[in-house]
Amino acid sequence: MQPTSHDFTANAHKALQDENLRKALKRVEAGFTTARARAAAALPEFEALRDQARDIKNHVLENLDFYLERFAARVEEQGGRVHWCATPAEARETILALCRSVDARTVTKGKSMIAEEIALNPFLAENGVEPIETDLGEYIIQLADEPPSHIIGPAVHKTQDQVADLFLEHHRRYGKNKRLEEAEDLVAEAREVLRDKYLAADVGITGANFLVAETGSTVIVTNEGNGDLTQLLPKMHIVVASLEKVVPTLEDTATILRVLARSATGQEMSVYTTFSTGPRRQGDADGPPRFHVVLLDNGRSELVGSDKGELLRCIRCGACMNHCPVYQAVGGHAYGWVYPGPIGAALDPYFLGLEETRHLPNASTFCGRCEEVCPMRIPLPRILRHWRERAFSHHIAPPAERWGVKLWAALAARPALYRAFTRVALWALRLFSGRKGALRRLPFLGGWTDGRDLPAPAGPGFIDQWRARQKRGGTSGEHDG
Amino acid sequence: MSTDAKTLILQRIRRSMGRGPLPEEAKLSLQRRLADPRPNLIPARARADHGALVRLFIEKAEAVGATVERIGDSDRLGACLADFLKRHNLPGHAVAAPALQGSGLENTELVTLRFGVPEASDQTGIAPAFRAIAETGTLAMISGPDIPATMNFLPDNHIAILHEADIVGAMEDVFAALRKKYGSATMPRTLNFISGPSRTADIEQKIVEGAHGPRRLHIVLIGNGQKNAETDG
Ligand code: SF4
Repeated sequence: MQPTSHDFTANAHKALQDENLRKALKRVEAGFTTARARAAAALPEFEALRDQARDIKNHVLENLDFYLERFAARVEEQGGRVHWCATPAEARETILALCRSVDARTVTKGKSMIAEEIALNPFLAENGVEPIETDLGEYIIQLADEPPSHIIGPAVHKTQDQVADLFLEHHRRYGKNKRLEEAEDLVAEAREVLRDKYLAADVGITGANFLVAETGSTVIVTNEGNGDLTQLLPKMHIVVASLEKVVPTLEDTATILRVLARSATGQEMSVYTTFSTGPRRQGDADGPPRFHVVLLDNGRSELVGSDKGELLRCIRCGACMNHCPVYQAVGGHAYGWVYPGPIGAALDPYFLGLEETRHLPNASTFCGRCEEVCPMRIPLPRILRHWRERAFSHHIAPPAERWGVKLWAALAARPALYRAFTRVALWALRLFSGRKGALRRLPFLGGWTDGRDLPAPAGPGFIDQWRARQKRGGTSGEHDG
Repeated sequence: MSTDAKTLILQRIRRSMGRGPLPEEAKLSLQRRLADPRPNLIPARARADHGALVRLFIEKAEAVGATVERIGDSDRLGACLADFLKRHNLPGHAVAAPALQGSGLENTELVTLRFGVPEASDQTGIAPAFRAIAETGTLAMISGPDIPATMNFLPDNHIAILHEADIVGAMEDVFAALRKKYGSATMPRTLNFISGPSRTADIEQKIVEGAHGPRRLHIVLIGNGQKNAETDG
């Protein structure tokens, strides 16, 4: 997708005036954060498991070359193929060539952030292969022609009414002419429409939450079961995954799984956790006859071992954005690229360059909640601070930004959120306009110091303030279960 | 092209780490770690006696929306199936994994049973569970020549047949059992861990069951409360 991160302030401004989005984001806060807190409290070993999960990933990153080679060797010993791709373009071309090798006309897709990162869908479509998203959230935003706004709930920004309109518009061609009023009916209709797609697809593409070096297995975690139908029914299963998804053993996978679902949705386990190892075997009753793994680097080989290498521990659970006051205020689209929220603000500058993303490291009140809830204990505020200082020292941000950020943080913590944020956004827009820095994508130049103080956490917590405002009659008190 | 990219990526990783390829000694120690995989921390609740694990499994499976029915022995499977179909007003036929031939499922006149791979039109599918995890109420299903993996996803109603002795504490116990069955570092093509029926919360975070996979997950638990040492591991 074409990044719009440089427009963060304008995007944020727009988001703040979108009533539907306000309601949707309120649900994110209420739903995900309470569920996570409950799940964490219910498992006495949760904090210790977080430490172990962090240590496992650190161990992997120390020995990434070894584990990747081992994983690839195990896949190939079992009849699969691994395609190493340094760039998104290579990955796209590889996937297209694989699709063409089986004369694919349609491919079904499970949810994959890497597919988003390499902008796979438009590329396939331009080249005559129709991609069909099967995760309900992804399917909804595909119909709406929008990017995901959350890494685990791509359509969290959509209301049920909007979904009903989209289905009415797009399902007419399947002879469905009734506007549906209930979530159950909408889900059932999508299920029916997508059933035929699974059965007709030539290739199924999924992401991977883990690549197991020990066994050469790829692992996906879903609640819907769409990723399974996607990979089991077609002639070919293509897994697209980035380097850092590799873990040593099945046991290590189990440990990280214990913190993943709890952090993401508050479930103890997601409904489906699937280990796929090679293609269908001799005599097997079903399964894909061909199995390919597209391994994407896209700069990760240079991120590892750097001062921001800890970002590669991320397991894309979404907890950091669920708990982020800025995300809760502006939603995912404002960030302007594939990864929103604190992890996006920390990662996107690396992928897109600091020039494009200069506002993102400022999209933080430095309240520290992201780091508190991150199952992999990634020091997100510290990394955001690094970026900010980088931008500062490379003159991408004007000097005034430093105190501007503090002002932003202070204002954002006030009850009068809309007005304050809008005012800051306008102010920031003025401030940043027309000023161009010289930095390209040269991630790890030195020249900034490590030990600056971060702005003090802003007052008694944004969320409490926000709730207080709601109670005082900001919006009606409706709730969803 | 692929090999070149591989070399390039591995070189870059090593450069970023400020080292060359790992020394032989380091590689050996990593290989040892892979050859002898050790469990990390396993939550205490997964380490109880078998009776407690069975109770925990039932509690957890029900908590995630599965239904559990206990029967003393497998002769009753056919009657169970007939009851299930009747209870949910389902047509009187079902497809079952060939591995279940002779399991006792056939012991009913009321159901037309087919053994094979499920088709889109099948409303009820039956598969055997390899193990089940008490810690989280999770079934572990493996694929193979006589167990289609699609059985777990295609039919709207999924019945899993589980022997009480196959209930283990943690996911790690399933991996240990798999290594016994397949040899080290080897897996079935598909290993499905299943915790409850398919669901989605993608519309306004409302939980709706039966998103793409089964709307109902019914677990028939066979056993009389006595652990069968023979099937254990
Ligand atoms: S940074 Fe941490 S909290 Fe955020 S998505 Fe990644 S693992 Fe989850």
